[in-house]
Amino acid sequence: MTIGQAAGLKLGKAVRDAFGTALKELGNEFPTVVTVDGDVGNSTRTEVFAKAFPERGFNVGIAESNMVGVAAGLAAAGKIPVVSSFAAFLTCNAYDQIRMCVAYPHLNVKMVGSHAGISIGEDGASQMAIEDIALMSALPGVAVVVPADAPSTKHLVKGMLEHKGPVYMRCGRIDVPEIYGPDSVLTIGKANQLREGKNLTIIANGLMVGIALDAAVALEAKGITARVLDLHTVSPIDEEAIVKAVKETGRLVVAEEHLPHGGVGSAVASVTAQLAPCPIEFVNIGNTYAESGDPEGLLKKYGLTAEAIVAAAEKVCSR
Amino acid sequence: MAIFKPLSLDEMKAKTKVLRRHIVRMTTEAGSGHPSSSMSAVEMVTALFFGGFMQHDPAQPRWNNRDRFILSKGHAVPVLYAALAECGYFPVEELITLRKLGSRLEGHPNMKRLDCIEASTGSLGQGLSVGVGHALACHMDGLSAHTYVMLGDGEMGEGQVWEALASAEKYKLANLTAIVDQNGYQQTGATKDVLKLTEFQPKIEAFGWHVQTINGNDIEQVIAALKIARSVKDRPTAIVSQTQKGFGILPVLAPTGDLNYHGKPLSKELAEKALALLAD
Repeated sequence: MTIGQAAGLKLGKAVRDAFGTALKELGNEFPTVVTVDGDVGNSTRTEVFAKAFPERGFNVGIAESNMVGVAAGLAAAGKIPVVSSFAAFLTCNAYDQIRMCVAYPHLNVKMVGSHAGISIGEDGASQMAIEDIALMSALPGVAVVVPADAPSTKHLVKGMLEHKGPVYMRCGRIDVPEIYGPDSVLTIGKANQLREGKNLTIIANGLMVGIALDAAVALEAKGITARVLDLHTVSPIDEEAIVKAVKETGRLVVAEEHLPHGGVGSAVASVTAQLAPCPIEFVNIGNTYAESGDPEGLLKKYGLTAEAIVAAAEKVCSR
Repeated sequence: MAIFKPLSLDEMKAKTKVLRRHIVRMTTEAGSGHPSSSMSAVEMVTALFFGGFMQHDPAQPRWNNRDRFILSKGHAVPVLYAALAECGYFPVEELITLRKLGSRLEGHPNMKRLDCIEASTGSLGQGLSVGVGHALACHMDGLSAHTYVMLGDGEMGEGQVWEALASAEKYKLANLTAIVDQNGYQQTGATKDVLKLTEFQPKIEAFGWHVQTINGNDIEQVIAALKIARSVKDRPTAIVSQTQKGFGILPVLAPTGDLNYHGKPLSKELAEKALALLAD
């Protein structure tokens, strides 16, 4: 894994691993938390919690629609259910149930999708959630959170459990570099500025944050300084941080491991169009499904690299 | 906590007429809705809410040990609104606001608008899963509360129902009862002609449930079945409640040539005839 090397970051754990560990560590502090799984708890890592609290872990089988409905019932009866599966199956298979049973009644269900994005690698496109952010941020009142690394996941899992109302958290499969420290402060709804710069702002989340930091180093060598914002919460979006970035740096590049429509890029552009129009370039996988392959090879083939962000930055600076 | 004193059999029979009159009035006034789908379920809803089976408290709709009733066939919500109003959750006069802008009585149940609604339904197939969640939570918390979920027979075409049946069996949820209001019709015609799922008892039994099949428009059979369901302690229970869509006003519907009468209110003229038929 070369992500984060240029920025001097060391490799840490996967976001899904940090999620499972954090959930277990918070199990006593949040006694009403229960997990509801679709028989992939050993992949999503909810099994870490369910092994520590066996009476609070429910595996309802390969049946995502029922899984979400059961979670809604548990929430209506006062529990804090954390329902998880691969992001593709959770958000696509059970979308009607999420809409009807979670979002519409605004129930306190925490929905965690693992194996998001193309970086899952060899399993291929059927397992890759690349439309989940669009689907979940379309739903009124659902907070959408995309942690970038293991330390920030720990903070955001706690934030998710404290948050009143439905939350979707997107987790990646592969190990990623550590960007944050144990004492970093992360708040749902507030972007974190990771690097200061004058010529543009790179907005990213998830896996793309480490890549954005690498790109910022490469840009500096070319005399372009880039602010980097981790927009870990897509909904509700931090309008203030985005408008501030436009006013202070004038231009944006938005990078995400997602389709071009309905993701972070669309959300940011919607904010700037209304509040602070500016040139924007977008880095995403393009309007296509990906394929099987090794994660780094896929990221390169589908344009999710520091080089792609650098090119987008140079282009936006020339506009 | 308020424990409703069961009505006598005669009082319950009278109550079924009251609910049916509410259903006719509210849907005709609304100019839309599903009166025939509501009519088939009246005996079951009456027995549950007025026969001593549901312990609940209109002063505390979210009391944690209340018995729950989830209407998975959400389009039949007029029967539920009628029962809830008769229990005192909101004024009976509010029933005629059904489906009107600003009314809490939306076209399908919305738990955000009314605390006495247990689940927002209307997309079929989902209520039993929500019931499984309630039953699991009550079991975890050592509560005696029982959860009833009413489904339609057409709704049984939804795969999620069978997922929910399997998950309830896994956790031996004896505090959960599924009621299939088998009124024989769905939107486009007879249920047996749309999908041949209609032998429900052996199918649900094969999922490990205790199942009874009854005439669901015979309130004495309904009461007996609900008593048996409450006595089962080792697995979830189901009642296949064979009913007639439009039961109670069929003599009024028959001359129209449409015994399904799906998703349409009675005209004012037909409503008057129906109300005369349903008079005490």
